[in-house]
Amino acid sequence: MTSSPAEAGAAIRLAGLRRRFATGTVALDDVSLAVAPGEIFGIVGRSGAGKSTLIRTVNLLERPDSGTVEVLGQDMLALDDAGLRAARRGIGMVFQHFNLLSSRTVAANIAFPLEVAGLPRAERERRVAELLPLVGLAEKRDNYPAQLSGGQKQRVGIARALASRPRVLLCDEATSALDPETTADILRLIRDLRDRLDLTVLLITHEMAVVKAICDRVAVMEAGRVIEQGRVFDVFTRPQAATTRAFVAEVIGHAVPPGTVARLPEPGPGEARRLLQVLFAGPSSTRSVVSEASRRFDLDLNIVSGRIDEIGGEPFGIMALAAYGPAERIEAATGWMRGLGLDVTPLSPEAMATVQEAA
Amino acid sequence: MLTDWLHALLEPLANLIGLSPTLLDLLLEAAGETLLMVGGAALIAVVVGLPLALLLLATSPEGLAPNRAVNRPLGLVVNAVRSTPFIILMVAIVPFTRLVAGTSIGTGAATVPLAIAATAFIARLFETALREVDRGVVEAARAMGATRLQILRKVVVPEALPGLVAAVTVTLVSLVGYSAMAGAVGGGGLGDLGIRFGYQRFMPEVMATVVVVLILFVQALQSLGDWLTRRLSHR
Ligand SMILES: Nc1ncnc2c1ncn2[C@@H]1O[C@H](COP(=O)(O)OP(=O)(O)OP(=O)(O)O)[C@@H](O)[C@H]1O
Ligand SMILES: [Mg+2]
Repeated sequence: MTSSPAEAGAAIRLAGLRRRFATGTVALDDVSLAVAPGEIFGIVGRSGAGKSTLIRTVNLLERPDSGTVEVLGQDMLALDDAGLRAARRGIGMVFQHFNLLSSRTVAANIAFPLEVAGLPRAERERRVAELLPLVGLAEKRDNYPAQLSGGQKQRVGIARALASRPRVLLCDEATSALDPETTADILRLIRDLRDRLDLTVLLITHEMAVVKAICDRVAVMEAGRVIEQGRVFDVFTRPQAATTRAFVAEVIGHAVPPGTVARLPEPGPGEARRLLQVLFAGPSSTRSVVSEASRRFDLDLNIVSGRIDEIGGEPFGIMALAAYGPAERIEAATGWMRGLGLDVTPLSPEAMATVQEAA
Repeated sequence: MLTDWLHALLEPLANLIGLSPTLLDLLLEAAGETLLMVGGAALIAVVVGLPLALLLLATSPEGLAPNRAVNRPLGLVVNAVRSTPFIILMVAIVPFTRLVAGTSIGTGAATVPLAIAATAFIARLFETALREVDRGVVEAARAMGATRLQILRKVVVPEALPGLVAAVTVTLVSLVGYSAMAGAVGGGGLGDLGIRFGYQRFMPEVMATVVVVLILFVQALQSLGDWLTRRLSHR
């Protein structure tokens, strides 16, 4: 679970983190992960899984009871107060509720971290003038946060987080307070900034769609533990844990209209009917696999629904099949398809209906 | 000079309600004393009360530098002052007043107990206003590497400013009321004038004028404070 391509020279390396609150809640239970430089690493989990606690340990807003926190090769827990403040200036943070100073204008909010760092006024102004167009807010420089939309506020939050040229950006539910369109905007901005500024991004979300949109790798958290992590494509196409499956279903769970399932013909005498979900990754063509299986095993295979999607530019397909024929031949066909690298899961009609409702 | 000018300005009005020029002078003098007592006490209250409130806030259990050994005794003293009736406080601290003002009689002397009561009063109001500051904003400042002092100076106080101004307004208005009691130790002021002439010498027109002036005074303070609070608030 801990071995990953990011181990060597990681930008963020967390190992064996534990955090138990005075209330008895174990928010982190032996969490380890490593984020490679330049990577956008997502952490998903349900509310209360410990995501915020985890991201807050990276800049030590929350101190772990045990474990190690290493950012850009620096052992954060070994730093004294002044050292920690200096290290924090190299780590930008973006918040769900923006956390802007209502008493300061956009420009003054962005300048805040520079002021804290003791930069002279002229330099602060020069840097703010660079940052405003970067986040598309040049004409809002003298507005107060209360005069901005949620998306604009988050742009200010991002500009502020980037003001002191950090190499690492932490985003705690940065888009959770925004509508879908604005979310897409902000995610594009984060990805764009990562590419241009060579940032490493650790991003928390409870939406799989966010992970799908911009993350390179993802970790799934549940009850203070990382239950699964890997490349986003792999986690999406081959989820292992039940929680991960549920999360993935939110995004790529294809809905079979319940009417379609109800209208499927009953199996004939001596015939079985099976509903199968077939998922394939990469450039193989499902249609040809289906017709080949149909011929080879003499089965009646109907595509009930299907679609092609992509994650990080890698295509994958997902479809629902209704297979008619002798049960053992359906089994054999399933095995044969698996042998070709397809992921085949039997579905019950109820399960399909459930997927439909959940979607 | 200012009093002369005011006298000239207000004389026709005084004539209208049958106030003699002598009484008008007394009234102006009393108003000046009230201003002095209220203004002086408020100034001291703000200057001492704000650091006190910041200290109370920072040392509270969920503050930036929790410290029971500081927070508890400080809180106790503030509460003790606040719960002592002003008239008793005034008498009880006479030795202290003498030490500071050199005398226990007069406007300057009356300002001492007023300042003490107002400081305790405003410290709690300030603390409440400071506590209202969004925790998320403080956390953001911490994440940016701000020191505790920077957080207090650049985040907590500016963010709480509208609330702090509202607290000053409330304190000023209360001080106007307390300053009337200060007449009891020879502090003078409008309240004292009202009692001495309006009540003891039975001159209802003096009493009525004093009350009207006080009402106008409080109204003006309140309106000014509200306006300033609105101006400063960008929420
Ligand atoms: N300061 C605290 N004191 C006590 N318990 C806490 C504290 N902060 C968090 N917790 C608890 O720790 C657990 C993890 O909290 P955390 O905020 O990390 O969850 P999360 O995954 O970020 O959830 P959400 O998606 O709702 O933000 C929760 O059960 C929460 O109640
Ligand atoms: Mg959270």
